[in-house]
Amino acid sequence: MKTLTKRIVRIPLALALLVLGILLSHNKALSISLMMLSYFIAGADVLWYAVQGILRGQVFDENFLMSLATVGAIIIGEYPEAVAVMVFYQTGEMFQDYAVDKSRRSIAQAMDLRPDTANLLHQDGSTSVVDPEDLAVGDLILVRPGEKIPLDGVVQSGESQLDTAALTGEALPRSVRTGDEALSGCVNLTGVLTIKVSKPFDQSTVSRILEMVENATDKKSKQEAFITRFSAVYTPAVVILALLLAFVPPLLIPGAVLSDWVYRALNFLVVSCPCALVISIPLAFFGGIGGASRLGILTKGSNYLEMLAKADTFVFDKTGTLTQGRFSISEVQAVMLSKEVLIDMAAQAEIHSLHPIAAAIREAAQTPLDPVRTAEVREMPGGGVLAVVDGKQVLVGNARLMESHGIAVPRQEQRGTLSLVAIDGQYAGSIQVEDRVKPCAKEALRRLKAQGVKSLVMLTGDSPQSAEPIAKELGIDVLHAGLLPQDKVIKLEALLEQPNRRGSLVFAGDGVNDAPVLARADVGFAMGALGSDAAIEAADIVIMNDDPCKMAAALTIARRTVSIAKQNAVFAISVKVLVLILSTLGLSTLWMAVFADVGVAFLAILNAMRGLKVPQDQLACAAKNP
Amino acid sequence: MTAAMKIKNLGCANCAAKMERKINALPGVKAARVNFLTQKLTLEAEEASMDSLCRQAAAIISSIEPDAVLLQKTR
Repeated sequence: MKTLTKRIVRIPLALALLVLGILLSHNKALSISLMMLSYFIAGADVLWYAVQGILRGQVFDENFLMSLATVGAIIIGEYPEAVAVMVFYQTGEMFQDYAVDKSRRSIAQAMDLRPDTANLLHQDGSTSVVDPEDLAVGDLILVRPGEKIPLDGVVQSGESQLDTAALTGEALPRSVRTGDEALSGCVNLTGVLTIKVSKPFDQSTVSRILEMVENATDKKSKQEAFITRFSAVYTPAVVILALLLAFVPPLLIPGAVLSDWVYRALNFLVVSCPCALVISIPLAFFGGIGGASRLGILTKGSNYLEMLAKADTFVFDKTGTLTQGRFSISEVQAVMLSKEVLIDMAAQAEIHSLHPIAAAIREAAQTPLDPVRTAEVREMPGGGVLAVVDGKQVLVGNARLMESHGIAVPRQEQRGTLSLVAIDGQYAGSIQVEDRVKPCAKEALRRLKAQGVKSLVMLTGDSPQSAEPIAKELGIDVLHAGLLPQDKVIKLEALLEQPNRRGSLVFAGDGVNDAPVLARADVGFAMGALGSDAAIEAADIVIMNDDPCKMAAALTIARRTVSIAKQNAVFAISVKVLVLILSTLGLSTLWMAVFADVGVAFLAILNAMRGLKVPQDQLACAAKNP
Repeated sequence: MTAAMKIKNLGCANCAAKMERKINALPGVKAARVNFLTQKLTLEAEEASMDSLCRQAAAIISSIEPDAVLLQKTR
C-alpha cells in the first residue's frame, strides 16, 4: 500500500512537528498549525484512501476508521491525540508490513530449494548456463560439487554424495552412481555428475514441494475461518456501538458533555480495525508449516496441522512405516528340489511384483532373472502371485492362498513372514523373510505417548504370530494382524466410528498401497515419500525421509502452532475488549486505543514467527539411537 | 478449473478477507481464496466463465484496495 521508505521519512518528520507543536502550546495558533501540518504529513495517504473508499462504497476499512477517529478528535479539539493516533497508526503499519514481509521471506528462505541455473551439456562436451525451466526431458546436465541438482533425473556418469537435508532434514548424505535417480533440490557434495533429465522443471521434486508448501495456507484452519467470520461482524458492531456511545448518553444522562462521549466513541473506532486478528492466525500456521518443512515434514494445509494437534489415536501400517520394509530371507525350506531352484522359481513368478517380500526373494535369486520365462502373471492382493514359469504353474503366497487353491501345507514354526511356494499344484517349500524394526520406531512411539496420544494401533497383513513380538517390542496398544489391504480401510473406519472418540485419528503409512486408508483418516501421514509421487499425492502430511520420529516432531509443531494461534486470538481479542470497556467508562485514551490496534498486531506477528524455529530436541533420533 | 493469480500490493489482511468474501459471492465461483501471506488469488470455476470472473474479481480487488492489482494467470 504505502511504501516503507516514504514512511521512514514521513513518520519522524511528523513526530518532530508534533513534539514542537506540544512544546509551543503557549502560542495556540502556531501550535495548532504545526500539529495540523504534522497530521497531514503523517496521514495524507490514509485520508486520501478513506475518501476513495467512501466513493467506492467501502466504509469500515481501516483507512476510513482511522480518518474518522482522528478527524473526530480534531473537531472536539484534541489535536495532539489526533496527530499521535495517526503517527502511531502509521508506525504500527510500517512495523506490521515489515514483520509480515520479513516472515514471508524467512519462510521462503526456509524452503530455499529452488535452483536458479542449470548447466546444459552439449554434444561436443561444452556446457552453457541455462534457466532450469528451459530444459526438456532427455537433456543432459552437468552438476558440479557444491551445486544444487536443478531437475529430477538419472545419473548417466559420475559418482557422488548427495546432501538431501533441504528435502528431508536428514543429515546423512546419500551416495549415488550411474543409473541412480538424482532428485532436484539435493546438493551435490563430492563428485561431478552428468544427469539425464527425467522430468521437466515444473514436475520435478523441488517444484512440487514448493508448490505444495506454498499453497498449504490456502487450506484454512478452523481458527482462521472463525476469526474472519468474527471480524466481519466485529467491525460494524463496534462502529455502531461507537455511534450509540457518542450520541445516546448525552441525551439521556443529565449534565453529560457531548465531546466527552464523542472522545470515548473515537476510542471505539480506533480499536474496531480487525487486522491484527485477521493476520495473526494464518501467519502462525504459515510459520508452523515453514518450520516443519525445514525438518522435511511437508504439510498440505493449515487444517491438517490443526487436526494433527488434536490427535489422540495413531494408526500405523507396519511395513515401511515402523519397520524398514526391506526384507531379507532368513530361512528356506525346499521339498523335492534344491533351495536355489525354489528361490529361482519364486523369484521368476514374482518378477513384476512391487511387494517388498517379492523384492527380497528376487534379490536372493542367484541366476539372473529373465522375463521371457514368466507368463500369465496374476497378482492376488494380500495373498501373493500366480504365474507360469518355464511352463509350470507357480503359486507364491501365504497360507490362505495355498488353502484357497487346495494345497496341503505342512505346519511349521514361523518367525517372520512366510512365503509358501507351490509348483503345479504341489507344495514345494517355504521362504521365510524377516523385516527389521526401524531403529527409532520405539523412541518415536514413546515420544507420541509422552505427548498424550492415547492409543497406538498397528495394522498389518502379516500373521498375528509374526506381528505380535514386534508390536510388543514397540509398545503398540492394539494390533490388528492378518489384514488384506481392503481390511485396513474397514478397520480404520471402525476406529473412526468409535462412539467415544474425541481427538482426531492419524494414519501413517508408506503410501505404496494404502492410499485409500490415507485418504479416510483425519490426517494421513506418508513416510519416506522422497521420490514417491503416489505417496505425496495421497497424504495430508508428507515425511520425506523414513524416520518415524518425524511424526512426533510434527505433532509437537502442530500443537505449538495451534497454541500460538490461540494465544494470538485470545490476546488480540481481550486487549480490544479491555480497551472497549475502559473507553466506555471514560478511562481509556486514544493512545491506549492505538496501541490496542497496531501494537497488538505487531506483537502477534512476532509471536507467530516463533513457529518457524525448529525445536532442536525434535530433530531426528536416528543419530542418538543407531 | 482452478486458476491461481498473484495480487500485487495487497496491503491489508482484513481487506484480503473481504475480497475473498465478495469473490466467493459472485455467481459461478465454486471456491475462491485470497491468501494474504502468499499474495495470491485462487479461483475455481467453470472454464467458460473464468475470464469474465477474473475480470470481476479484479474489479472487486481494486475497489477494496485501490493500489492492489490482480496480475494475470500464472498458469
